[in-house]
Amino acid sequence: MSAVSAWSTARAQARRDLQLVWRRRGDAAQPLLFTVMVVALFPMALGAEPNQLARIAPAVLWVAVLLAGLLTLDSLYRSDVEDGSLEQMLLAPVPLAWLLLVRVLVHWATTALPLVLVSPLLAEFLYLPRELLPVLLVSLALGTPLLSLLGAVVAALTVGIRRSGMLLALLALPLFLPVLVFGAGSVMAAAQGLSSWAGALLLLGAGLALALVLAPLAAAAAIRIALS
Amino acid sequence: MDRHGAQSVASAPMEPSPAAAAPLLQARGLAYARNDEPVFGPLDFRLEAGEALLVQGGNGAGKTTLLRVLAGLLPAAAGEVRMQGRPVDREHLARGSAYLGHQHGHKAELGAAENLAYSRALNGGSGDITEALAEVGLAGYEDVPARRMSAGQNKRLALARLRLQPARLWLLDEPYANLDLDGIALVNRLVQAHLAGGGAVLLTTHGAYAAPPVPVRTLHLGPARGAP
Repeated sequence: MSAVSAWSTARAQARRDLQLVWRRRGDAAQPLLFTVMVVALFPMALGAEPNQLARIAPAVLWVAVLLAGLLTLDSLYRSDVEDGSLEQMLLAPVPLAWLLLVRVLVHWATTALPLVLVSPLLAEFLYLPRELLPVLLVSLALGTPLLSLLGAVVAALTVGIRRSGMLLALLALPLFLPVLVFGAGSVMAAAQGLSSWAGALLLLGAGLALALVLAPLAAAAAIRIALS
Repeated sequence: MDRHGAQSVASAPMEPSPAAAAPLLQARGLAYARNDEPVFGPLDFRLEAGEALLVQGGNGAGKTTLLRVLAGLLPAAAGEVRMQGRPVDREHLARGSAYLGHQHGHKAELGAAENLAYSRALNGGSGDITEALAEVGLAGYEDVPARRMSAGQNKRLALARLRLQPARLWLLDEPYANLDLDGIALVNRLVQAHLAGGGAVLLTTHGAYAAPPVPVRTLHLGPARGAP
């Protein structure tokens, strides 16, 4: 079947996933809404104390983004399992891992990328010093795809379970922790004038490079087992 | 409906046909077990190009499981499968066959034409989408989301997908379910056209439906050997 090229299938997969996001655009806006709400509530709860807010801003932003990502995980394969689309992806003459990589990247671009883009505004809510903004943006740009890729593996492990929401969160959190530690930690370190922020970002980048290659393979293997 | 060359091949090797030395599909001692409990087999059967194999058996006899093994979705417990004389593994089975299961394998949110375009790109098929839709009686439904179609119409859409796939071997699990008399005739017509084009079809049924007027072998699935 030489007519099937990796690129044409990737294009078809990305196109289908984007069409689906557009048809369910109400659901797609949820992570953004959730993050904005959480971040907006902190200044209300703490009162107008710029110094206090600025100190916890990186942590608040990162936790909100991480939880928003966790919320979307359950729906990553759910409908594809229920209507048999995942079976058809498994039977296609291209590696399942390749299709999953495209699937996860589209998922990231539609759920997490909007969060990264509005993060400067959210940082403003929390009085984050402007000079920390580049570090925050880089940490989110490296960290959120890593979260999506790790989440895709965990979601694949629970594909065979009907109501897996809680289990999914429990399985995903330990994997998400290092990302949170290095992500929020890099901004915190930069805020304190420590030079270790660059190291934390490099570690995130290394993790992302590893996950880009390994996570789709692991997710494909898990789905193969779950559908057997 | 007459069945040319209908033959019971339950658990017995066929005499080799002199016409073709290497049948399109051949199984030897094929068996599947779930948690060490035999589901079907060991089975021996062969399927030449231009033939249909009707798999019959009661509920729970393992018809669906047999099709899923042949589609490469499940690993066989024992035995081997050859396609055109070559022993094949799960991956080759998945590539060499088009599978229609109990789930339709298309997205409810997408239009009929969008669903077919995705599947065609994924499987490297060729053929005109409008033509395929007209053939299954869905002309004019190009932009109608599958969600707004009836169960029978969804089945017809799945049949249109099959028609666009390049695989020579069709695996149809209860293709007559949910279809009206016209739809049953449609399945028979599609099967006939596929066989005339040098393909082969394996289909399961409870045995209540008329078989298409093509060369048909039947395979009866009884309780697996060694089952309690």
